[in-house]
Amino acid sequence: MADMIPVKERMKREQISMREQSPDKRIANFKEVPLGYTREDAIKEAQRCLQCKNPKCMRGCPAEINIPQFIKYIVEEDFESAYLTILKTDALPAVTGRVCPQEEQCQKECVLNNTGKPIAIGRLERFVADWARKNHIHGKTDTVVKKDIKVAVVGSGPAGLSCAADLAKMGYHVTLFEALHKLGGVLVYGIPEFRLPKTIVEYEVNEIKKIGVQVITDYVVGATGSVEDLKKEFDAIFLANGAGAPRFMNIPGENMNDVYSANEFLTRSNLMKAYLFPEYDTPIKIGRKAATIGAGNVAMDSARTALRLGAQKSYIIYRRSRKEVPARAEEVHHAEEEGIIFNFLTLPVRVLGNKEGKVTGMECIKMKLGEPDESGRRRPVPIEGSNFTLEVDMVIDAIGTMANPIIAKSAQGVEVNRWGYFKIDEKTRMTTCEGIFAGGDIVRGAATVISAVGDGKVAARSIATYLSSGKSLKK
Amino acid sequence: MYQIIKKEKLYQDIYAMWIKAPEIARTVQPGQFIILMTREEGERIPLTVADYDREKGLIVIVFQIVGKTTDELSSFKEGDYLYSFIGPLGQKSEIDYFGTVVLVGGGTGIACIHPIARNLKKAGNKVITIIGARTKKLIIMEKELRQVSDELIITTDDGSYGRKGFVTDALKEKLDHDNNIKKVWTIGPPIMMKVTTSLTKAYSVDTIVSLNTIMVDGTGMCGSCRVSIGGETKFVCTDGPEFDGQLVDWDGFMNRIGRYKKEEKESWNHHKNQEECHCKERSNG
Repeated sequence: MADMIPVKERMKREQISMREQSPDKRIANFKEVPLGYTREDAIKEAQRCLQCKNPKCMRGCPAEINIPQFIKYIVEEDFESAYLTILKTDALPAVTGRVCPQEEQCQKECVLNNTGKPIAIGRLERFVADWARKNHIHGKTDTVVKKDIKVAVVGSGPAGLSCAADLAKMGYHVTLFEALHKLGGVLVYGIPEFRLPKTIVEYEVNEIKKIGVQVITDYVVGATGSVEDLKKEFDAIFLANGAGAPRFMNIPGENMNDVYSANEFLTRSNLMKAYLFPEYDTPIKIGRKAATIGAGNVAMDSARTALRLGAQKSYIIYRRSRKEVPARAEEVHHAEEEGIIFNFLTLPVRVLGNKEGKVTGMECIKMKLGEPDESGRRRPVPIEGSNFTLEVDMVIDAIGTMANPIIAKSAQGVEVNRWGYFKIDEKTRMTTCEGIFAGGDIVRGAATVISAVGDGKVAARSIATYLSSGKSLKK
Repeated sequence: MYQIIKKEKLYQDIYAMWIKAPEIARTVQPGQFIILMTREEGERIPLTVADYDREKGLIVIVFQIVGKTTDELSSFKEGDYLYSFIGPLGQKSEIDYFGTVVLVGGGTGIACIHPIARNLKKAGNKVITIIGARTKKLIIMEKELRQVSDELIITTDDGSYGRKGFVTDALKEKLDHDNNIKKVWTIGPPIMMKVTTSLTKAYSVDTIVSLNTIMVDGTGMCGSCRVSIGGETKFVCTDGPEFDGQLVDWDGFMNRIGRYKKEEKESWNHHKNQEECHCKERSNG
């Protein structure tokens, strides 16, 4: 068997790279950029794993995946066992295998970092999940003994899905409420097809439904029904509605026709499939020169989407320098390969346009880095008199999101902090109302998919503890 | 899926539909709206709730064919299902006792003022309703509005029914003769709401408008519907749809509701061409 390779030999081997669509091709389509490992690639990469007795990689995984175990199965070419190992703790393996910042988490902890590149855990996870999907391998769904206890999960993004899956596995009756017409939250409205194909999200969501999670779409908690309504029907509630409200810069001209929030731009393209207009009804306007403000993952997604939709030039406008860019290195790398133009140390001060609301340009000011601010990053300061006009005809605000107050307003006794995020007990994830728990972006502010998955898991355990002590919201 | 229980053609291209949506009918209030999709590939369009029946779990929508989605919607029959139907969204109308109030409706806005008028009447107000259209046949819901109004004035541009002229002419006359008018609601085509608002400004009468902006999610997530109200950016979906008409940046609002005109036309043509193809297929098959 292949796992007989001596440790010294394993350490010498190079990390296996993943094939990708070439930049010139991919900017003209919405297909996924990385093409994934082949079977041989996966086995070769898995063979590099040292199978540490005390694996550090697992400490870096919020989804609590038994990483060395599933990698060992890959080496043994037992991909089914590898899949079931991952699925035990992570209900969204094809998703997390694609969008997790592994370099900041599991892979950061890998001991191979001392001598070379870490094990490509994300790529291996992705390979295993894709293999299982293609080979119709499913997790077990028939062993669960049902309890007569009902839990409501509000929001079907990564936090809600992972919490719902874990609770259903424990035998609780879970009802998942989604405001939109499709399940997946940010996975379907936010992350573009070329990073996360929607058929994959749909597949993994369906697998979760098979565990026994009931889903209700088109139900806006806070509008269709209140949290108070849910309290009458459910024994516990998990609030995971995300931080969905867009942030604008509040500069003159921002309400002009061709100015989008990243949320609107991406929702039109991803959820409503405006990139397939007019086969799909929802339109999207694309300028010749698009400016995306901000440099996080959402900004990269927006700038790259604009390019694919036909913008000839797609700019990233960021007020700090390259060093402070918050997006994943891989996303920045992909964006640069595709020809996205980065304007660092630049702050928009006004959107220019004509009487009809058409954007004709954006006035910006150059910045320099001053003293560090409370975030530890050097504060950008405007350079007086450095104003200039950037010739653009569309603008996308990707400067972050805020809490949407719609649920909080309908929940008595659930307190929020000054930014509108739910206050929780760090350990139990319970809000200030007993029996109501919360996690994901509506607690943290905009964060990653994997931290939301982790929150869902921790909350599920805590909800189980609460319920098994005989407590209930209905009592 | 949401079933169409009843469908009625109010005029040539104006329809009313009764949709089974018990969860929404349970809590909906006058002034609120819903968002619907005809099918999975469809767009999400907001429509103000024209009426509701809590007991039967029904929501009534009234729409005019103005583009692809409303055209398609008009082809749905009783018993058919809508792909998506969410609500109730937005803030409710401020129903209170004011004294004398005037409700001005135009186009499908005539349907939208009905539940507001009914509830204002119930709250003890003297309700004067003014509805207008191009011509007699376009006047809808006359009977229903008469029931909930102390006075109903009808205007037509061509004089074929009621008084000849615009709703604003009738409103001006009322304002000139009645000092007790405390509040005006005006719902209808943007230009009508704008003109009404500039008229009432001269009389310093509070005027509420209901803005029909372009939306995607309708829950405060995208900001597509944003409009400047008194210099501050507001979301029509969560802060509205009703606002103080005097504070609305009408030019900005009208620019934004027209921003997909070209695409809307393209989409409608695409739809018509497809329909034609299907018809040919059917006749050939």
